[in-house]
Amino acid sequence: MKKVSVQCRNLRLSYGKVEVLRDVNLDIEPGEFFALLGPSGSGKSTLLRVIAGFNRHQHGHVRVDGVDISPLPPWQRNIGMVFQSYALWPHMTVWDNVAFGLVERRVDKATLKRKVGAALELVGLGSYAQRRPNQLSGGQQQRVALARTIVIEPQLLLLDEPLSNLDKTLRVQMRQELLAMQRRLGLTTIFVTHDQEEAMTTADRMAVLDKGVVQQVGSPVTLYDYPVNTFVAGFVGTMNLLPGRVRTRNSQMLTLDVDGVGELRFPAPADAPAGERLMVSFRPHSLRVDVADAAHDARFVWMPGTIEACEFLGESTRYRVRVGSHDMSVDHPHQMGLSRFPVGSAVSLGLEPSQVRLFGV
Amino acid sequence: MKNRAGVWLAGGLVLAFLLLFFVLPVGKVFITAFQDGDGTFTLGHFEAFFSQGLMREAFFNSLYVAVMSSVFAALIAVPLAYFTVRFDFRGALLIQTLGVLPLIMPPFVGAVALQLIFGRSGSINLLLQQHFGFTLPIMEGLNGVIFVEAIHYFPFILMNLTVALRNIDGAMEEAAMNLGCRGWRLFWRVIFPLAAPGFVAGASLVFVKVFDDLGTPLVMGQTNLLAPQAYLRITQVGLEDPLGYVISVIMIAFSVAAMALSARALKGRDYSTIQKGGGSLQRRRLTPMGSVAAYAWIGFILLLTLSPHIGVLLLSFAKVWSFAPLPDAYTLEHYRTVFADSSGMIRNTLLYCGLAATLDVVLGVTIAYLILRTKLPARQWLDWIATASLAVPGIVLAIGYLRLFKGVMIPGTEILITSTWVMIMLAYAVRRLPYALRSCMAALQQVHESLEEAAESLGATKLRTIQRVVVPLMAGGILAGFVISFITAAVELSATILLVSADSKAPMSYGIYLYMQSIAGRGPGAALGVLAIAVVALGTWLSHVVVERTNNRFAARPVDDHLPTLPPPLPGDAPAGPTAAAQR
Repeated sequence: MKKVSVQCRNLRLSYGKVEVLRDVNLDIEPGEFFALLGPSGSGKSTLLRVIAGFNRHQHGHVRVDGVDISPLPPWQRNIGMVFQSYALWPHMTVWDNVAFGLVERRVDKATLKRKVGAALELVGLGSYAQRRPNQLSGGQQQRVALARTIVIEPQLLLLDEPLSNLDKTLRVQMRQELLAMQRRLGLTTIFVTHDQEEAMTTADRMAVLDKGVVQQVGSPVTLYDYPVNTFVAGFVGTMNLLPGRVRTRNSQMLTLDVDGVGELRFPAPADAPAGERLMVSFRPHSLRVDVADAAHDARFVWMPGTIEACEFLGESTRYRVRVGSHDMSVDHPHQMGLSRFPVGSAVSLGLEPSQVRLFGV
Repeated sequence: MKNRAGVWLAGGLVLAFLLLFFVLPVGKVFITAFQDGDGTFTLGHFEAFFSQGLMREAFFNSLYVAVMSSVFAALIAVPLAYFTVRFDFRGALLIQTLGVLPLIMPPFVGAVALQLIFGRSGSINLLLQQHFGFTLPIMEGLNGVIFVEAIHYFPFILMNLTVALRNIDGAMEEAAMNLGCRGWRLFWRVIFPLAAPGFVAGASLVFVKVFDDLGTPLVMGQTNLLAPQAYLRITQVGLEDPLGYVISVIMIAFSVAAMALSARALKGRDYSTIQKGGGSLQRRRLTPMGSVAAYAWIGFILLLTLSPHIGVLLLSFAKVWSFAPLPDAYTLEHYRTVFADSSGMIRNTLLYCGLAATLDVVLGVTIAYLILRTKLPARQWLDWIATASLAVPGIVLAIGYLRLFKGVMIPGTEILITSTWVMIMLAYAVRRLPYALRSCMAALQQVHESLEEAAESLGATKLRTIQRVVVPLMAGGILAGFVISFITAAVELSATILLVSADSKAPMSYGIYLYMQSIAGRGPGAALGVLAIAVVALGTWLSHVVVERTNNRFAARPVDDHLPTLPPPLPGDAPAGPTAAAQR
């Protein structure tokens, strides 16, 4: 099957005065598993529905394999979509649901039978053909919805929060199955989710959306390690943020005055933004916790704090630590027999300077 | 325990009422239909029925009229329902109103008015004859009955289908479009099948109502249908004639079959599929041309459904109205006649229907409480028996009463029970009990049990809790149930017509029928009809207001998750009752 690329150029869509998409530009490579990640109301589902043809954009183009599909109605686009609710028709059997698109395409009986059978085998539901959707579990319904979509051999596969109606263990299993299936078929796939873990574990690349604007596009690792702004930093994984004022800066060192904490000194990163006020950001696992009066390793930048709460996660313990007027999340690796810091105890937090990212304010 | 005894007593009283005034009379009809002169079981009466050409014809005529009425009602209702759900235009509100209008008039009153407008020498045909030289035989023979019934009963399909269409998840449609489906194929392959249960429920209601209707064919002079035949057999041949009972059994059998069909259609097919992440069908904007066409069609239907009302109103003010498109002169004389001659009938209607409706809500609250709040064994049976009366045509119940209570005197007097108005009132109460019961059940389901437990924990006894907490909270539902029972009883004719023993005991519905028998009486009959419509319209509006207010009161807390699943609108002339309102 030919793998297609997708380009969105200057997409704008608004309902009355509400701007849902503002100048969206995206390039999705052939065969890519691409995630659209964002909070609800960010416009990610709307963007997907624009590509499917259910929502009309007022400005811009959508090109699939170089062809502008904007003027085509949904039924002429040959773009498969799996709906959040699966949208299986309850009045049809599993077989009839899967056969639906082929019937619309006037495929001859023998081919139809072969293809529907193959699609059901592919999702492991060959023996469920005569059941009705309401006799299936959530995971099985999801597979039927997938089979129904891929049986028409769409040029592009769209998944709208496909896993959100499943329970957690099933969700993990299904996302691996989805990915395996996508790899086997080599189908360019766009996947909408609000769950950053889901996006990071599956996507080749992803776009983070907020308020109808694409904030950043890149591989999960890129977005996690090098977020371009505080929104992406906070939405992809957990991020600690400390606002500070620049006291001195030169090519090697940066001295910041952080509100309520005091002076912090870092080796200046090459991409540190200019400006008087900066936001210091770092992940919870870039901090180490030690008792307040321990001898401090000079490779770290140390801050005093107080334990406010703790959650035991198994492989680590997550502490909420009060530092000046700020709350920090800290992940402390757990070993067998290791005791926890009691709530209320005074601690020192050690920050690894190489793990710090600075944002302009 | 004291409470237990009270529960048993209440259950026993309700059961005794249902047995005596519903199960036994209907049972008597069945037994008589299958019994020989010497009391042995026989199918001979059925053989006799089907060996008579006249009876076979009546049977097939009834089937034909009921089926065709459902078909034409569907032709009117399906496009209207689709319009309201699919398109974004103001006509939707008009359609909703239109959906209730026909129901606020007894169909046999409409029949007379429609004769005057669409009949052989009615307004339309006179105009057609004058200007184009041809006439339309709309009101001739069985076609006339079909026309009147379809216009009267199409709202049942409209209301049910609209609800069903509204509950379809928009993604169901989008998934089909995504797979290459559109236009008519989309409608027939996806949308209509998903709404089909609602359609079947509505259509089977129309079928049952038409199959059982006595007044319309009688007024239109079409006696060769089952219900009029049963009536004629009993009134002319006598209470001993077995064919009347055979017809009764056949009518019940068809009602039950149609209701079973509808229950089957609905079972396990709750296609109201809106789920997480879903919304209703996307509304589309009509093109200007489409908009004009839609308004024209709706206007046409509106005019058609309003024509009985217009006709009756004109007739009630008409001095002379024959062989003319409109009356020649107007007068208030008919209203004067009605108030002079028939104030007794108006009073009778208020008395019988008021008592029947009161009885209904008392029974309704009791049954609802027994079912939802006690563990009385077999309590569900009370609901089933009470609801089963939906399947029993009024004329059959009346025949059962006449037969079961034949020769029974009021204790201590020489007065026959069957000659008193109490029979009429009881027949109304039994026939309208299902409406009041649904209404009370829905109301009680909305009263969370914790509200009662709170009262009890503060020291109130069961009975006091019911008085001070439950009944006040149910008040809206109870009142709505009362109003529905009242207004539908006010226009009932088929049981009335057999049970009225003297003109002085007749209610309005019978009076209208009586007046309409003669040309000279049509004016006063129409005037009485207008009064009946006014009563029903007022009641409908009142119940609507009450239901709205109650819904608002309960809207404060999120009840959506455990709102009772309401049955489809009950068969009967129930207009905007709690059922219809709550399904919106």
